[in-house]
Amino acid sequence: MPTIKGFIIVSVVKIVVALFVLVTVVAYTVWLERKVVGHIQNRWGPTRVGPFGLLQPLADGIKFLLKEDITPPHVYRPLYIAAPILSLTLALTSIAVIPIGGWITIGQSSTPLQITDVNIALLIILGITSMGVYGVALAGWSSNNKYSLLGSLRASAQMVSYEIALGLALIGVLILSGSFSLRDIVDSQAGTWWGWLPKWNFFKGQFVAFFVYLMAAFAETNRVPFDLPEAETELVAGYHTEYSSMKFAMFFMAEYANMITVACLASILFLGGWHGPLFGPNLLRDVLPVFWFVLRVFCFLFLYIWIRGTLPRFRYDQLMAFGWKFLLPIAIANLVITALVVAVRS
Amino acid sequence: MLHFVLFFIFAAICLGGAINLLAQKHPISSALSLIVVMGSLAVEYLLLGAEFVAIVQVIIYAGAIMVLFVFVIMLLNAGIEEHTRGSRVALILGFPGMLALGLLISWVLVRNPEHTVPVGAEYGPANAIGRLLFHEFILPFEVTSVLILIAIMGAVVLASPMHPRFPEPEPEQRELVAAGESRSDS
Repeated sequence: MPTIKGFIIVSVVKIVVALFVLVTVVAYTVWLERKVVGHIQNRWGPTRVGPFGLLQPLADGIKFLLKEDITPPHVYRPLYIAAPILSLTLALTSIAVIPIGGWITIGQSSTPLQITDVNIALLIILGITSMGVYGVALAGWSSNNKYSLLGSLRASAQMVSYEIALGLALIGVLILSGSFSLRDIVDSQAGTWWGWLPKWNFFKGQFVAFFVYLMAAFAETNRVPFDLPEAETELVAGYHTEYSSMKFAMFFMAEYANMITVACLASILFLGGWHGPLFGPNLLRDVLPVFWFVLRVFCFLFLYIWIRGTLPRFRYDQLMAFGWKFLLPIAIANLVITALVVAVRS
Repeated sequence: MLHFVLFFIFAAICLGGAINLLAQKHPISSALSLIVVMGSLAVEYLLLGAEFVAIVQVIIYAGAIMVLFVFVIMLLNAGIEEHTRGSRVALILGFPGMLALGLLISWVLVRNPEHTVPVGAEYGPANAIGRLLFHEFILPFEVTSVLILIAIMGAVVLASPMHPRFPEPEPEQRELVAAGESRSDS
């Protein structure tokens, strides 16, 4: 029986570890992106700081901290300062409900590899995403700059529009697993058919939902080919034009943290979370699930970067038409068909 | 005990947000205070065991409806509001009225403590709410959805440039309309 004191200690340790890991992964995703995009464009990417430029994220961090923090005179100060904090806080919060593996046992107490396992985890992530719009919207508005405002309006409209397709794509998975808890959803995908085809939601007929989710997620995180909010060629830098130093870094980190959340969610909901072949001694069996999960997340991040290096940007009307006239009907059709199949079977 | 403390903390945040909403001069600040009110209300729902209602409160009210509010304020570029000194009738009747209403509500609640129980497992989780909505309240639920559909269609029709009731004004008429608008503004 865990005591309140034990609960608090375990939670604090987990929060500190998760935040440290998340921030490190964010930093190295930036490194990976520069490296991969560099190689796609026949360049080297960062090479100077450390072997393979591996210490580049550290140098970037120090640079951001030491740069002069300019607050332009025409901004609305309270919101100008609050916006990046809000963005980063919300982006980091969603990691709290994401499970990365099974249970670990240390001594007598065992704890899930997750900060907290709540039975409305998926809704919490959707709620946090929907609040994330404010960071972007307020940043653009409080900057008092037409490029910033245009960027933030685009970003907000895009996020609100694609959130609907995203949410509807997830409902198919929810119908199949019958729970909002991410751990339950992963557990419902355990096992294989005929000994080789894993029982992932992707293979249970949710592949359409998976691709809808993937596209909506790219739009939600404002990544290429949906990076209109910060289209450099037309809007300087979009909603964070007026930001410098650490405040800019906060938006930057929030974007990458959101990418990681989205990648984790895609692995959990569609690709079986941490399930994978287990072999070897006991210690290896404990570590392998986390490895399989991290591998999936890495593949998603690589896909993100790959697409960024490959595709051009949408035009704004194309983006809106794609979201409302293509993704949304497909998501609704997928939802209806999934519900019908489940109803007929039961 | 922890619930009790959290309840009072978030009740204080909620009231503070509501008062700030009235006190702020800038519409954006008022809208943001309203979001604080809604967020702390969501936490109160959570403390009562209604987790689904709590998170839906955040997603729909704070995440969707208030985004539209903020959008409208930004797009209209509404400036700092002019504050009147307030009407004397409201001042004389308002505070005693608020006091009387508050006393009445708390008196009723204190007299009937059996009405103030947490909703718990019966109405809290999403599947319980789903069962309620699609069994006992299926008719009101469907009627509401049709109502919302009608509202959406109405909005689309009104906003559509093809609307027959608002023909495109001729160029010289348009100038006249614009002139009339600028006169009425001044």
